[in-house]
Amino acid sequence: MKGTAWKFGDDIDTDIIVPGRYLIYTDEERLAQHCMEGLDADFDKKCKKGDFIVAGRNFGCGSSREHAPIALKGVGVSAVIAESFARIFYRNATNVGVPLLEAPGITELVENEEEIEVDMDKGLITNQSGETIEFKKLPPFMLEILEQGGLIEYLKNKR
Amino acid sequence: MPTMSEKILARASGKSEVEAGDIVIANIDVAMTHDLTGPLSVESFEKIGAEKVWDPSKIVIPFDHQVPADSIDSANNHMIMREFVKKQNIEHFYDVNAGVCHQILPELGHVVPGEVIVGADSHTCTHGALGAFATGIGSTDMAMVFSEGNLWLKVPETNRFEITGKLKENVYAKDVILHIIGQVSADGSTYKACEFAGETVSDMSVSDRMVLCNMAIEMGGKTGLVEPDQKTIDYVEKRSDKAYKVYKTDLDSPSLNIIDIDVSDLEPQVACPHHVDNVRPVSEVDQELDQVFLGSCTNGRLSDLRQAAKILKGKKVAKGTRMLVIPASKEVYSRALDEGLLKIFVDAGALVSAPCCGPCLGGHTGIIGPGEVSLSTSNRNFKGRQGSPDGKVFLSSAAVAAASAIEGRIVAPE
Repeated sequence: MKGTAWKFGDDIDTDIIVPGRYLIYTDEERLAQHCMEGLDADFDKKCKKGDFIVAGRNFGCGSSREHAPIALKGVGVSAVIAESFARIFYRNATNVGVPLLEAPGITELVENEEEIEVDMDKGLITNQSGETIEFKKLPPFMLEILEQGGLIEYLKNKR
Repeated sequence: MPTMSEKILARASGKSEVEAGDIVIANIDVAMTHDLTGPLSVESFEKIGAEKVWDPSKIVIPFDHQVPADSIDSANNHMIMREFVKKQNIEHFYDVNAGVCHQILPELGHVVPGEVIVGADSHTCTHGALGAFATGIGSTDMAMVFSEGNLWLKVPETNRFEITGKLKENVYAKDVILHIIGQVSADGSTYKACEFAGETVSDMSVSDRMVLCNMAIEMGGKTGLVEPDQKTIDYVEKRSDKAYKVYKTDLDSPSLNIIDIDVSDLEPQVACPHHVDNVRPVSEVDQELDQVFLGSCTNGRLSDLRQAAKILKGKKVAKGTRMLVIPASKEVYSRALDEGLLKIFVDAGALVSAPCCGPCLGGHTGIIGPGEVSLSTSNRNFKGRQGSPDGKVFLSSAAVAAASAIEGRIVAPE
C-alpha cells in the first residue's frame, strides 16, 4: 500500500475524529464530512483514498463511538499508524475494517504529507528516503477480518 | 492469587482460573446501549442476519444522550430503538424520562457484584464501583453480544490505586480521580483494570466510588473497580433482587501493580483544556467562565447537587455567566425537588433541566460557541467536546463548579 501520510499528535481523541454533534448520523459518507474537523476542517477534502494517518501515543482515546473509525473509513484512510492506540477504538476500527498499525518510532520517521509505503505481509513501513520501521504484525484472524472489510462481512462470508 | 478481574472473567467464561493476557469468551450478564450508539448496534445486528437477541431480559436500553429529541434525526434514532425494543421484547427499556444510563443502571438494580457488564458507551466502567467487571464496547461488538450473549475479552492486568489520607474540607472524589489521572497520564492505565482501594475509598459512599470508576477510561482503563464492602451490599440489596457474588483481589497476584496515592494534602483540582490529564490545583488557575455545567454520569448525583446547593444557597450566579444544572436521573431529580435543592438553583439564577447527558458531549443542549469557556463536572474536556472546537472546557467537582458560578471564574469553595 502506498499513500500520503497525514500526521497528528498524541492523544487524538474520538471527539476530534468525529465530534459528538454528528453522532446522530450512522452513514459513512456523512460522518466522513466531519472527520478530524476540530483540527482540520478540510481534512475530508485533502485525504485521498488509500492515504494514511500517522499519529503519536494513545490514538482514539475517549468514547466508544464506532462512528469514529467509520468516518476514517469514509475519508478513505487505508490504515492508521501510531505509537500506540486506545483499546475500545482498537476493537472498533478492526470491526469496521480499518487496520491499526502500532509502530513505535513512527512519528520520527515520517513527515506530514510524506508519501509512504506499508507492507502488510512484511510488517514494514518505508518513508521517502527509504528508511524503514517495523510495526507489530497483525494476527491472521485479524487480517482476515480486515481483508473482508470488517467483522460483519467476515461473519456473513463465514456462514 | 488472581485479581478480582481475573476471578470475575474466569467465572464468566466457565473456567476455573484465567490470568492476565488470556483471551476469554465471556458470557455477558448485562448489555446496555443507548439512543446514540443504539442505532448503529441495531444496524449491525440486522446486517449480521441475526433475528432474535440472545436474552431480552439481560439487555438494558435507556435514552439519555438526546432527550427529548432535539432534531428530526434524533427523533428518528429514538424510533429505531423503540421499534427494536418492541420487536425483541426487551424488558428493560427506559424512554426519555429516566435519566443517564450510568446512573440508572445501578440505581434501578441492574448492576450487582461479580457480573460482567458491557455497554456501548465508554463510561460503562462506572459500574465497577459495585464490584462488577464493566467495560465499554463499540456497536458491532454490541451486535455480537445481542446475537450470541458473549464476547471475546483479553484479561487485563490491574493497576490498583491504594488511596490513603482523609480528604480536606471541600475536596471530593472528583479531585482524587483528577489528581490520579494527572499523575499517571491519559494512557497511564491503557488496557488495564483500575482498582481503587485503601482507607479513603472505604470511607467513600457508593456514589463517590462511581466518580472514581467513571473516569478510569480517561487514563485508558478497561474498567474501574472497587471491592464490594458492606456499603456496596446495602446499596445493592436495596435496589436489586439479582443474585450476586463478591470477588476480591489477592494482593500477591503477579498481574497486580500497586500505586500508592496519599490525598491528605490534596487541594481542589481542575483539568484544563484540552486533555483530562492536564490537571492543576484550582489555586493555580485564573479563568473567567461563560458557562458552568453541573451534571453528567460523573457528578450529577444527589450528593453533588447537595454540595453545590450548600454553596449556592442565597447566592447568585455571576452576571455574564450561565449555569446549567441537570440531575442525572429521575430519582435524583425527584429527591432534589423534595429536599428543595432545585429551588436553590433556580433562585440563584441557574437553569435546571430534565435528566439527560446535557452539554457533556456537545450534541444536545448547552453547546458552547467559539471562544467560550465552560467549567463542567463531567469527564471530558477534549477540543470541541462541548461544541465549538475553539471553545474551552475545564473539569471540576460540583463544589468547585458552584463556587465558580458565583464568582464567574474558576475558584475553590471557601
